[in-house]
Amino acid sequence: INAEYMGTPSECLFFFEMTLKALVSIKRVIDYTVKVRVRPDKLGVIKDNVKHSCNPFDEIAVEQAVRMKEKKLVGEIVAVSIGGPKSVEVLRGSALALGVDRAIHVKLPSDNDDVESLAVAKILHKIAEKEKPDVILTGKQAIDDDSCAVPQMLAGLLGWSQATFISELEVAGKTAKICRETDAGMQRLEVSLPSVISCDLRLNEPRYAKLPEIMKAKKKPLQEITADSLGVSTQPKIQILEVADPPTRAAGRKVKTVEELITKLKTEAKVI
Amino acid sequence: MKVARSLLGKALVVVEHNNAKVSPATLAAVTAASKLGEVTALVAGKGSKSVVDEISKIQGIAKVLAVDSAEYEHGLPENFAPLVKKVQDENKFTHIVAAHTTFGKGVLPRAAALLDTQSVSDVIGVKDENTFLRSTYAGNALASVKSSQALNILSVRPTSFDKAAQGGSASVAQVAATGESGLTKWLADEVDTSGKPDLTSARVVVSGGRGLKAPENFKLLYSLADKIGNCAVGATRAVVDAGFVSNDLQVGQTGKIVAPELYIAVGLSGAIQHLAGMKDSKVIACINTDPEAPIFSVSDYGLEGDLFDAVPKLIAGL
Repeated sequence: INAEYMGTPSECLFFFEMTLKALVSIKRVIDYTVKVRVRPDKLGVIKDNVKHSCNPFDEIAVEQAVRMKEKKLVGEIVAVSIGGPKSVEVLRGSALALGVDRAIHVKLPSDNDDVESLAVAKILHKIAEKEKPDVILTGKQAIDDDSCAVPQMLAGLLGWSQATFISELEVAGKTAKICRETDAGMQRLEVSLPSVISCDLRLNEPRYAKLPEIMKAKKKPLQEITADSLGVSTQPKIQILEVADPPTRAAGRKVKTVEELITKLKTEAKVI
Repeated sequence: MKVARSLLGKALVVVEHNNAKVSPATLAAVTAASKLGEVTALVAGKGSKSVVDEISKIQGIAKVLAVDSAEYEHGLPENFAPLVKKVQDENKFTHIVAAHTTFGKGVLPRAAALLDTQSVSDVIGVKDENTFLRSTYAGNALASVKSSQALNILSVRPTSFDKAAQGGSASVAQVAATGESGLTKWLADEVDTSGKPDLTSARVVVSGGRGLKAPENFKLLYSLADKIGNCAVGATRAVVDAGFVSNDLQVGQTGKIVAPELYIAVGLSGAIQHLAGMKDSKVIACINTDPEAPIFSVSDYGLEGDLFDAVPKLIAGL
């Protein structure tokens, strides 16, 4: 919580602006435009020489924190990323260069290392205990693992409210009103702060980093720590036996007319 | 001599419902749970007796644990997760299962954290009590995983398992409520009550993309859906973002995953993330003016043409 004195000495106006502290968790993943290929040894996917970037939903989380800071709802934004050496690139390029104040890199030995959701949640839990944020923002899921679990697990470990898949966020003092996207449509909740918030597609449209901010980002604090130093084990509880290609569909054919399509659907595919 | 392999597991299914009916997705979770051992269903709700009655008559359910209390009315994970933990501590199940839906995604990981368990999400296959198949990278890499945990928590993809049928007769026991967490207050659910077929369980799905050009053109797809019958309308992320249709129509990696008998893709190019949501459909047909659109590569029947000409002809000809 940051306090700001506002007003002229002669007026003796004390205006305490209580701003929130935001912790944003981001992940370096294979870029969403890449056609992912399974490795020949079938133990994972090919990552070498493949384009990586910040998880798109985490970019939305960063953008939300920055907008809240611009509105003076948030005073300080700290970004954290758990990953190999190259995760520093997303911390600098997708967080510090966009308005995040400082970054923490929980460094894994290799860029090919994966950490399970529960271990990620435990690492973030430890960092949150130290940093004492009022809101933890992250994307609703990572587009590589697709587990969609970390925010919920973290909220469970912290005993905080969880606001997942949000498309609207309105902070008001000690609570926040949110709108979230559900299978059936939308749901509106009022969550108490502190809260773990996971961001969905339509919450905002992330900005691009501008050159002056990219230059400033190089000087912003970036601390490197390990999971060990936090007392969290990254030993997996689940073993990956094999990673396989999805079943391939038989090649289809082009039809020339609507009549031909209807005939094929009725007599050949027998679905109409 | 043939020996039936008996399952030693005890699975708990966390039932998703609206206090009136069991969700179809939960019936798929019951089928998945049945592959793991004896199945117990947990029904927590408010005024949800009809849900208890319904699930107790589903094949494969041996027991139902029920609690009726205000804090469970809206499926809030902050209230459900402590209940799941308590039921687990008291009963020591080997598996906790729910469907990978908004409800399952909200509750199961939070409960898993309380139970110090690494959960397994979006399970599309159960090989045995410890070995599961799950989808990663938008369905482009299927991971076969083995867990060494005494408890496994699984959220399963509803379209990957048949829905359990009626014909069971389970005993019902009441469990104590765990109380209101006070963390979150439900304000409203804004849902479509038009009674149109549900996207994830309709026999046929017709989806539209940017080719539709304007929101009012979705009328064409609704007319087509009406003509076909038991047909739901879906959409790509692009048109949901543009405000043509509401978010619950979005089919894709992080939207809905569907696997109908027939998927007709109209005026959509077939981005990787959209394909993730529909490539397990039995039959796929597409209508697009661009012969190079990726959607053709997954379509059994592809019509290169203008949807504004083709769709009315399709409606008339069916």
